[in-house]
Amino acid sequence: MSDSDRIESIVTPTRTEYDYTPGPSAQRSLRALAEGRLIGETCPSCNQVYYPPSGTCARCGVATEGEVEIADKGTVTTYAIVRVPSDNIDLELPYCTAHILLDGSDIPFFGLIQECVWDEVRIGMRVEAVWLPESEWGPGAENIKYFRPTGEPDVPFEQFKEHI
Amino acid sequence: MADELLSAPHVLEYDYRRSLGDTLSRFFTGLRDREILGVKTKAGRVLVPPAEYDPETGEATTEDWSAVGPEGVVKSWAWVAEPLGRHPLDRPFAFALIQLDGADTALTHVVDTGDESAMQTGMRVTAKWADETVGAIRDIVAFVPTPGGGSA
Repeated sequence: MSDSDRIESIVTPTRTEYDYTPGPSAQRSLRALAEGRLIGETCPSCNQVYYPPSGTCARCGVATEGEVEIADKGTVTTYAIVRVPSDNIDLELPYCTAHILLDGSDIPFFGLIQECVWDEVRIGMRVEAVWLPESEWGPGAENIKYFRPTGEPDVPFEQFKEHI
Repeated sequence: MADELLSAPHVLEYDYRRSLGDTLSRFFTGLRDREILGVKTKAGRVLVPPAEYDPETGEATTEDWSAVGPEGVVKSWAWVAEPLGRHPLDRPFAFALIQLDGADTALTHVVDTGDESAMQTGMRVTAKWADETVGAIRDIVAFVPTPGGGSA
């Protein structure tokens, strides 16, 4: 047997299937998404606004409250240009993923950035959500197809350095 | 809230590609060639599946390899009455520890008897190979009762 015929590796698939039932905060925020609205919640202890809300403050460990309208515009706090394909992601390479600090929220939200040149994406860049047609909205984050630059002036790092 | 609770399927899936190293590379290459290979320890025991080290002493195993099976004895088993999607067979089967003829340790694999009543510790079984082998543990589809094999 020649060396080139040797089996040098095996593929071991892993798979878990969940029936995911979101908690009350996430239920509210997902229903609002189906209406095209972003609803966050506030920590009564530190006043941080969370989007998407999980129901608790990660910092204080207390239940979050209220319904806070969050804008579908925000500021890029960090980003990555992805050049590696994945089987279940059918985006053209390269694509840009980013943490976006939505206006009205204190915690960055994960999103895609499109409609821009890759090497022009930068920390502090202003972006806005591009939504699916309203007829296709459902209770899920897929309603937002991606974010694109707004053309507004960049936000200085000093203004969001506590939110990255 | 009057609305029904939202709920949705959530699937986490990932394929790992695992580098085998020299010892398991030989084992899986053997499977591809329809051979089940064991490795001898310095004490003379044959390990199947092979290991780089003797689990009893921690010493490196030898370069002395040999083909074992394809028949063997069921040492222990657990019946799977309701297979799930990712189980190796789509009908009830047993996961079993099988000590192949010529081996001193047991290999975990599948025994296909169709019915739990046909399973017995000590029964003799034979490897059933896949039509096409690729160098994976499922190149052996299952072990089936050896015709006229009886029990050890």
